[in-house]
Amino acid sequence: MSPRVGVITFPGSLDDKDAVRAVRLAGGESVSLWHAEADLHSVDAVVLPGGFSYGDYLRCGAIAKFAPVMEKLVDAANGGLPVLGICNGFQVLTESHLLPGALTRNDHLHFICRDQKLRIENNSSMWTADFEIGQEILIPLKNGEGGYVADEKTLDQLEGEGLVIARYLELNPNGSRRDIAGITNARGNVVGIMPHPEHAVENLTGPTTDGLGFFTSLLTSLVNNGKVSA
Amino acid sequence: MTNVIVNVALKQEILDPQGRAIVGALGRLGLSGVADVRQGKQFVLNIDGEIDSAKLAQIHEIASTLLSNPVIEDFTVEVQG
Repeated sequence: MSPRVGVITFPGSLDDKDAVRAVRLAGGESVSLWHAEADLHSVDAVVLPGGFSYGDYLRCGAIAKFAPVMEKLVDAANGGLPVLGICNGFQVLTESHLLPGALTRNDHLHFICRDQKLRIENNSSMWTADFEIGQEILIPLKNGEGGYVADEKTLDQLEGEGLVIARYLELNPNGSRRDIAGITNARGNVVGIMPHPEHAVENLTGPTTDGLGFFTSLLTSLVNNGKVSA
Repeated sequence: MTNVIVNVALKQEILDPQGRAIVGALGRLGLSGVADVRQGKQFVLNIDGEIDSAKLAQIHEIASTLLSNPVIEDFTVEVQG
């Protein structure tokens, strides 16, 4: 049986359908989850998609963290459920304190949309297991508030424990500290990334299919952990 | 009715690109000598009845969870009147 991967839709989510498609192309079964329903429907993993949850009013991700589904998700993630937050989803993860730091206004103030080169720095998280360390990938990036910030101690800790999963290459598009594009928690089940792997899963619509690796990594990790059969 | 003012500002060590853009505009408008501008947010909570200590504690809780992100922002709470 293929793993069941939930994709949460908030009011204002934009990339939930792309995330659903990426899950399917990777070989998983997608399950649509609704923000107002405090039920994860026994899924094996969850994707928090990009977009503008609740209009990003107040701060990006700030209102989404109080959605009924999030209370269940925070408990489940602390219990080891794999969770991938992409762009706005990454913002929701930091606002929910599932990942350290915060995403702030791009240092140059402009919204940016480009194909972005990244270097994979960690292949021990559940969402990066299929990559090689040092592998360079190209996936779309589109954000206005994507600057990753944290205090120096937290940044040193992230680096020291190998929790930076991807770094911007050639150009830092938003002023992120230490060129950080994505991070994971110590357990490796929760990953946040600012660029969009779900937009790079098919040659017809993406610059590459490099993004598919995040979703196949999840399936590999679930099989290796004995959660689902191969 | 009582107004409770919650002011939220980015922590000093967090870059404020909006503030920096304002510094540039002030220079062009002829206001010289502005070394730095920090842009913040103000929430005015218009609340029925008296603000007792329990209500104030509740407002502090909301200020530190919803109205501000303590990772990057500081806040103050002021009861008016």
